[in-house]
Amino acid sequence: MEGPTPSQTVGPFFGFAMPFPDGPRADAEGTRVEGQVLDGAGEPVPDALLELSQDGQFARCGTDPEGAFHFVVRKPAVAPGEAPHLEVSVFARGVLRQLQTRMYFPDEAEANAADPVLALAGDRRETLIARQDQGALRFDIHLQGEHETVFFEL
Amino acid sequence: MELEFEPPYLYPDYRSTVLRAPQRPLVRLPDHWFESAPGPAFGRIPVRPEDADLTRQHAGEPLGERIIVSGRVLDSDGRPVRGTLVEIWQCNAAGRYVDPADQHPAPLDPNFTGAGRCLTDDQGRYRFVTVKPGAYPWRNHHNAWRPAHIHFSVFGTALAGRLVTQMYFPGDPLQAHDPIFNSVSDERGRRRLVAAFDPELTEPEWALGYRWEIVLRGRQATPREA
Repeated sequence: MEGPTPSQTVGPFFGFAMPFPDGPRADAEGTRVEGQVLDGAGEPVPDALLELSQDGQFARCGTDPEGAFHFVVRKPAVAPGEAPHLEVSVFARGVLRQLQTRMYFPDEAEANAADPVLALAGDRRETLIARQDQGALRFDIHLQGEHETVFFEL
Repeated sequence: MELEFEPPYLYPDYRSTVLRAPQRPLVRLPDHWFESAPGPAFGRIPVRPEDADLTRQHAGEPLGERIIVSGRVLDSDGRPVRGTLVEIWQCNAAGRYVDPADQHPAPLDPNFTGAGRCLTDDQGRYRFVTVKPGAYPWRNHHNAWRPAHIHFSVFGTALAGRLVTQMYFPGDPLQAHDPIFNSVSDERGRRRLVAAFDPELTEPEWALGYRWEIVLRGRQATPREA
């Protein structure tokens, strides 16, 4: 047996199979996270599937016709030396292998400044940090373009 | 670095990649980071024993060729990945998905949804009963048809192991023309996506058997000696 099984796109027709009851809500006491997935033309991506995980939490949400998603998650505990963050996987039609990114929290300026992975993101680090937007956190994912989200090599 | 056959993000023959593939270089984390990060805790996803038989989710039986799809989920050392979640979804035998987004004018089957789940057993085995999915047209290019395939989602124990892919059937002439399948440039990688007909798995007077082994990236922690 040589090498792992290659990835293939999730395709456009997962909506009847992959969502599960209360999938976006990892922790009922958590914070609401809202965002949009956008393509290189700035158009919403209506057929993306997002997964968030960290610290025993797992949540899954498909995007709606406006490319919008939402989650309810708690700020996770992480290893010493890291700032709290969630692992974010993006699956979509036209995405042959999942895109892996992270969401950091805006109220952790000090920890974020010291986080080694945010440092690797250089001048694009802001794409990894959610913003406070009234009662929720806002985290948009740009697959391409001027504000392209930082994605990690898997 | 172990041998890998992953598709690129940008593969213009598959048109939808053009506006969706990242254009900036991916950021490289320290070696083995994804191998050591724990995989998503999928325990909230409900799995019932009947979810593994897609032919018994409705009052009647679905139309089509009844098949058994089974194999093992292994890590990169060839060790079984036990108790991990395998999810599948597919179109019906006529090539139509239940999903309302699918507008292909082929008939829906009132006795077939096309979604299943199971957990791997102590040998890392999964097993589904379903019907063979049909081919269907898509609008990627003129006269484009997807070869028959079943979508698979597998979790594994580390984040590196999280895999979403498609299983194809042996001997399907549409594979040679399919940009999604051919986005895996190495023939050895494409071969890994194709199940094998298996007479051992085939049940007489009942269903054809297809065997498909899934190998996840990363190695599991070596079990500690007692």
